[in-house]
Amino acid sequence: MTNKNNTAETIKKTKVTPLDDTPDWTFDLLGQYQHEIARVADFYRLDTYTNQIEVITAEQMMDAYASVGMPIGYSHWTFGKKFIQTEQNYKRGQMGLAYEIVINSSPCISYLMEENTLTMQALVMAHACYGHNSFFKGNYLFKSWTDASSIIDYLLFAKNYIAQCEQKYGISEVESTLDACHALMSHGVDRYKRPQKISLDEELKRQSERAEYLQSQVNALWRTVPKKEQQENEKKYIFPKEPQENILYFIEKNAPLLQPWQREIVRIVRKISQYFYPQKQTQVMNEGWACFWHYTILNHLYDEGLVTDKFMLEFLHSHTNVVAQPEYNSKYYSGINPYALGFNMFIDIRRICEHPTEEDKEYFPEIAGSNWVDTVHFAMENFKDESFISQYLSPKLIRDFKLFHIHDDSDNNYVEIGAIHNEQGYKKVRHNLANQYNLSNIEVNIQIVDANIDGDRALTLRYTPHNDVELGDSKDEVLKHLHYLWHFDVKIIQETKSGEDKIIASCPQKSKDD
Amino acid sequence: MANFIDRRLNSKNKSTVNRQRFLRRYKNQIKKSVSEAINQRGVTDIDSGENIIIPKKDLSEPTFHQGQGGIKDRVHPGNDQFTTGDRIPRPPKKQGQGAGEGDASDSGEGEDEFTFSISKEEYLNLLFEDLELPNLERNQLDKLIEYKTVRSGFCAEGVASNIDIVKSLQGSIARRIAMTASKRKKLKVLEEALLALNNDKHDNIQQQRDLIAEIDNIKGKIAKVPFIDTFDLQFRNYAKQAVPTSKAVMFCLMDVSGSMDQATKEMAKRFYILLYLFLSRTYKNIDVVYIRHHTQAKEVNEHEFFYSQETGGTIASSALELMNNIITERYNDNQWNIYGAQASDGDNWADDSPQCKAILEQQILPKSRYFSYIEITQRAHQTLWKHYQEVEESHANFAMQHIKSVADIYPVFRELFKKNTQSAA
Repeated sequence: MTNKNNTAETIKKTKVTPLDDTPDWTFDLLGQYQHEIARVADFYRLDTYTNQIEVITAEQMMDAYASVGMPIGYSHWTFGKKFIQTEQNYKRGQMGLAYEIVINSSPCISYLMEENTLTMQALVMAHACYGHNSFFKGNYLFKSWTDASSIIDYLLFAKNYIAQCEQKYGISEVESTLDACHALMSHGVDRYKRPQKISLDEELKRQSERAEYLQSQVNALWRTVPKKEQQENEKKYIFPKEPQENILYFIEKNAPLLQPWQREIVRIVRKISQYFYPQKQTQVMNEGWACFWHYTILNHLYDEGLVTDKFMLEFLHSHTNVVAQPEYNSKYYSGINPYALGFNMFIDIRRICEHPTEEDKEYFPEIAGSNWVDTVHFAMENFKDESFISQYLSPKLIRDFKLFHIHDDSDNNYVEIGAIHNEQGYKKVRHNLANQYNLSNIEVNIQIVDANIDGDRALTLRYTPHNDVELGDSKDEVLKHLHYLWHFDVKIIQETKSGEDKIIASCPQKSKDD
Repeated sequence: MANFIDRRLNSKNKSTVNRQRFLRRYKNQIKKSVSEAINQRGVTDIDSGENIIIPKKDLSEPTFHQGQGGIKDRVHPGNDQFTTGDRIPRPPKKQGQGAGEGDASDSGEGEDEFTFSISKEEYLNLLFEDLELPNLERNQLDKLIEYKTVRSGFCAEGVASNIDIVKSLQGSIARRIAMTASKRKKLKVLEEALLALNNDKHDNIQQQRDLIAEIDNIKGKIAKVPFIDTFDLQFRNYAKQAVPTSKAVMFCLMDVSGSMDQATKEMAKRFYILLYLFLSRTYKNIDVVYIRHHTQAKEVNEHEFFYSQETGGTIASSALELMNNIITERYNDNQWNIYGAQASDGDNWADDSPQCKAILEQQILPKSRYFSYIEITQRAHQTLWKHYQEVEESHANFAMQHIKSVADIYPVFRELFKKNTQSAA
């Protein structure tokens, strides 16, 4: 066991009877474990939303899977597809179900699966109800991008609204609109602006007036009649004035022929995209934080004598499975396991605080020897994956993982090892690993640059490649969806090496004349 | 602070709606998969659902993502041999060193198709959407009736084997009680009087003797009432009730002469499977009779029907004749719904075609619910087609279609059985 705590030792001296460790759980036992875990979590200053722990069956778990973790999802075929996939894989034994799903809401909803043993339930409670939960409440991204108290209400509103639309306008129409929005979902976020939080009251209050208002705005915009003389002076009035990265937002506000209800659907998808945006950026941290705490809390309980050896063995068995990192040449390798990386980084931060080496003092002068609880909390609250890694990945961990960097330039017929786990390589490895989690490198940079409102209303998007990487093949399909929303020509341009703009994709359908 | 909620009893199948949405959206692909799956089935195998296979690319939801080329920097764990500056020749396929991230599964092939199961019901519904059995309603009224004998109470007359013993004895008891009631009443009175006389202190010999004589007389009369009488006999009564028959027989007729190759037979097989599946939606019991013919017709089993080789010329009427004989022998057209499906490449001995027409018109069609002829050929039509065309014009329960390739079968089948068949005379 890692370091024992003074408190833990004093408690251990007074004889405690361990909690029941039978495999089968009961609500009574869950309550007892929950109580102890909550006490320890409080001891480590984990600040959480109220927990709402729901016990569900495997089938219900598959339902929850299919709706990508939204407790209330609108109806759409893609969730059906996910459900069928999950069901198939599960039935064939290709995958086990997750032990839990936890939802960023207040109260924080966690699902425990009925099939889990008592030990697993305790693990899951420590992991989800205190680990993830405190992360949702404390991390700056979640704080600024999501409003946990209103998400359930909002999802319910979205579900009902879309169901209403289906009744009014037909399933097919709504489906096409949703398909189009889903295709652009990852371009529905303002990366560089803090968004407004979703608030249901406001949504409801403003929804109908907004619909009318938006429509009137759009009409006003398009009514602008160009004056020919002026046109010569300046190829004037470029709209939008600045490139727009939030395509869905631009569509919602400016698409000329969209129905009001379609605008609302665009908005719903955009809001949901926004809700998930922090999760995309904090996968390593979030899972690492949760693993760190289930490990720390349960060990603390063990030190107090509250859980038995039998309990710990089962727990450690599951725990090591979760945080295992296969090596690059293993057949199980599919990239870096965020659980493994995150867990080990937090453990490592604690180590640096408690037992710093000379190397640590050199690399992390500000945290070496500091109070570890303060330090991990600070790390959890103020970083996202990218910055977390570039701030805290230690040389020791790079050595432990034997990380190496591959530089792959498509102009060469070889790939090159850029750096390995040695003194010269640490910073480079760390820099590259951090970049691997930088959304602006992973997601394509594509922005709306012109809507040509004086002319044929053709929409132009500019693709700015990162490291010369081409835009993927599905661009034509996505453009069809965009065209469905915009109704006029859409095209993507990219600057060639010689500095000219080249159209790399377009969706040219005959535009209607009104 | 935590609240526990037991949700296990909540409804499952939250995703049912979404599953239906999925089926709805991919109806066309699913239908295609369904009709392809027909090939894999035996003619009478209908109890299973079906695995649906949809190419993954049809299902993908496009998003903007990064493609190929450019510079990619990746970090991987577990370095065991590399040092800075090592150059590794690029493997023949892109992305040799682990997939890094993204959707590409590196676990090998076999992931490019999306497979899932649908139930038998869903399968049949998809297969036969918008189809109906031709002329079913009309014929069910006038012809398709089978009589079933059902019990309908009791009657006083009948054959001895139908006597209902319990009911008859009940009648007997009732009759005996009725016929002896007044005598028993009298007997009781007399016996009481006799008892009174016996208890009397005086001698009443004469009176006693009279009473005894009278009692004996009445007892004799009671004994004379017969234990059972023809009047008591009750016979079980039976009535005939009309029930629409659920039996059907399907005749598969196929030309197996030298000109029919295996591919053509496979096409015909698919047609038979479809017909069988289709009929099985309406009928509980379906017999399938396989008749193959070249110059002579023969009744065979399924395997022989599809897979044995024959050579020789073609006389199609031999098969029709055999079919007619089998109907007469085994399948009374009052009890059986008779369906015929003939497949051929159109080759027939020219002089035989008028005979085929005659047998069809005079013998088979009047007894059949439906007879379909499919011609599987790439060549021009021959005499058989022309004669059959005349039959088609004058008979509503005859249909014919021309099939050129496997892809035609399903559409043709739908054409043959589509709803609202053109109203026939």
